[in-house]
Amino acid sequence: MHDRRSWFVLSMLCFGFAFLYVPILSMVVYSFNASRLVTVWDSAHSPTLAWYVELFHNSEIMEAARLSFRIASVNATGAVILGTLAAFALERYRRFRGRGLFSLLTTAPMVLPEVITGLSLLLLFVVLEPLIGARGATTITIAHMTFSMAYAIVVIQARLATVDRSLEEAAMDLGARPWKVFAVITLPLIAPAIASAWVLSFILSWDDIVITSFVSGPGSTTLPQYVFSKVRLGVSPDINALATILVLIVSVAVIVAGTYMMRRDQRRIRDAQVALGAGG
Amino acid sequence: MNAVQTPAAARGGAPYVRLEGLTKRFGDFVAVRQVSLDIARGEIFCLLGASGCGKTTLLRMLAGFETPTEGSIWIDGVDVTHVPPYERPVNMMFQSYALFPHMTVAQNVAFGLRQDGTAKSEIDGRVHEMLAMVQLDGYDKRKPHQLSGGQRQRVALARALVKRPKLLLLDEPLGALDKKLRERTQFELVSLQERLGVTFVIVTHDQEEAMTLASRIGVMRAGEILQVGTPTDIYEFPGSRFVADFIGSVNMVEGRLVEDEPDHVRIQCEQLGCMVYVDHGVSAPPDAPVAVAIRPEKIQLSREQPPGTDNLLAGRVTGVAYLGDATRYLVQLPNGFQLRVTAPNVSRREERFEQDDAVWLSWHPSSPVVVTR
Ligand SMILES: Nc1ncnc2c1ncn2[C@@H]1O[C@H](COP(=O)(O)OP(=O)(O)OP(=O)(O)O)[C@@H](O)[C@H]1O
Ligand SMILES: [Mg+2]
Repeated sequence: MHDRRSWFVLSMLCFGFAFLYVPILSMVVYSFNASRLVTVWDSAHSPTLAWYVELFHNSEIMEAARLSFRIASVNATGAVILGTLAAFALERYRRFRGRGLFSLLTTAPMVLPEVITGLSLLLLFVVLEPLIGARGATTITIAHMTFSMAYAIVVIQARLATVDRSLEEAAMDLGARPWKVFAVITLPLIAPAIASAWVLSFILSWDDIVITSFVSGPGSTTLPQYVFSKVRLGVSPDINALATILVLIVSVAVIVAGTYMMRRDQRRIRDAQVALGAGG
Repeated sequence: MNAVQTPAAARGGAPYVRLEGLTKRFGDFVAVRQVSLDIARGEIFCLLGASGCGKTTLLRMLAGFETPTEGSIWIDGVDVTHVPPYERPVNMMFQSYALFPHMTVAQNVAFGLRQDGTAKSEIDGRVHEMLAMVQLDGYDKRKPHQLSGGQRQRVALARALVKRPKLLLLDEPLGALDKKLRERTQFELVSLQERLGVTFVIVTHDQEEAMTLASRIGVMRAGEILQVGTPTDIYEFPGSRFVADFIGSVNMVEGRLVEDEPDHVRIQCEQLGCMVYVDHGVSAPPDAPVAVAIRPEKIQLSREQPPGTDNLLAGRVTGVAYLGDATRYLVQLPNGFQLRVTAPNVSRREERFEQDDAVWLSWHPSSPVVVTR
């Protein structure tokens, strides 16, 4: 009875993982395929790194990747700065009238349909054209910041809520002015959340296509836009190679971050035990 | 009422801290109500009261974290009511210690000095001096989470004292310590205070702690200060039913003044079934309802009937609790009313009473405290 059940659980687990990772895995495998036809495995000449080489010689892709990277970085930095300020105001400023409404308004972009956000931003940028210039990298960045900021606020505010207020009060009591308190006490304590918010904002911007399509201009094609336009003409193997590289980067980042966090937790537990052992 | 001690002004010298009609409201809720108080330089003043009576709120107003709704705060002759916390000559030790988790012990202690732009060499010297004083030398490189509860508490104390504040506020400073460590630290605190000459305002809900530490105690209830006095005053001459009941253990009986002379009074107590004779006057209208408070340790038990007729009752022991230094008895009167009696265990072969023993209870005419409020 017990055995049958555990077999059931195990097969469900395998099925779940297969559902999640088979598409990605097949993409990785086919990126080493020599054939130009994506669906045909050319066993004579595979595996090959030809598509990877081609990728780096394709100046269009590299240009798009560079643009995406620039937009994502600027977006993440801006979203985190604005998000920190907003989270601080919502969490630390004494209860003001309409605080609940503000809270709702800052997180609304998360649930708003992207098409609506994109359309409204497009209309806005058309009106503002004399002021901020033609649509392009700048407008994409601004558009990305509007929704990245919402996520940043949620992440940072959650962390801020766990920071003991008496720490800030203690710093003030010892003579630190409010800005100093923020810089040397609050900021270091919410730094992990700020880092996660930055990464999250970066990724949101990096793979956004719907809103980007609305607000991008002729001269600015981000990586997702490029991939999308290529795929419409038929999937080509160099896209597989590109995707594989991206998957690799993400995996490495996740593994490094995970190991670091685990090490830190273990160290914390050990330190706490040392302290208890030392006694009063 | 002789319970209220003469404040510092009468002992010469202006009060160091003066609170005038201090009130704090949170919406409709009054957390602190019309508190006026003088605290002398170098005093250890304890705020004592049950949970939620406004002790922390009052302390936070002194530190500057809460703005009073009404009233004013004067420190050393300066009105600081609207001075922000970082400009007050006051430091606070927090109930939760509030050590900065991302800084080492040394950095925590140095924090206050760094805000003042003190020279680096002087900071190092003073931090080590301070850590030595709280017996934590060698711990300067540790982070707070690498310390035990008692060590954290000492770091918090060092951090609050390193700026040499004139006024130190302590919010339940010993709350997290076990009984032994707590008693030792209490005496350390007192000796530290005497050495440094700092004025302490300590919040506690532990009356024993207040009695040990304080030069004066302020008893709070529901945002008000009911009585201010030395520990002896508060214990021996409580001004109200609440104070008598709150501090220590007490037998409280209702009564009616039947004989009211300047040098003595007689009070008819239905619950005791006898007259209580008190050898001092009471300022209450005749026939007024009063309460008589008798401390358990001020009642004597005996097997033989003592001489005299006043303040004498017969009863039966219904409960015995041996505590080591004293024995606590529960004695039931013929009418069913129960009195608590504590007898010190002076010698090992002392006469002790057993369950169901018939005993006589008596007390000195000076022992009962008569309160009208
Ligand atoms: N910021 C606030 N907003 C609303 N009510 C508050 C606030 N701070 C305190 N109170 C209320 O004021 C009352 C007094 O609180 P305070 O913290 O001063 O109690 P305390 O005497 O220190 O109690 P304890 O011994 O439990 O620490 C409490 O009833 C509390 O609920
Ligand atoms: Mg409190």
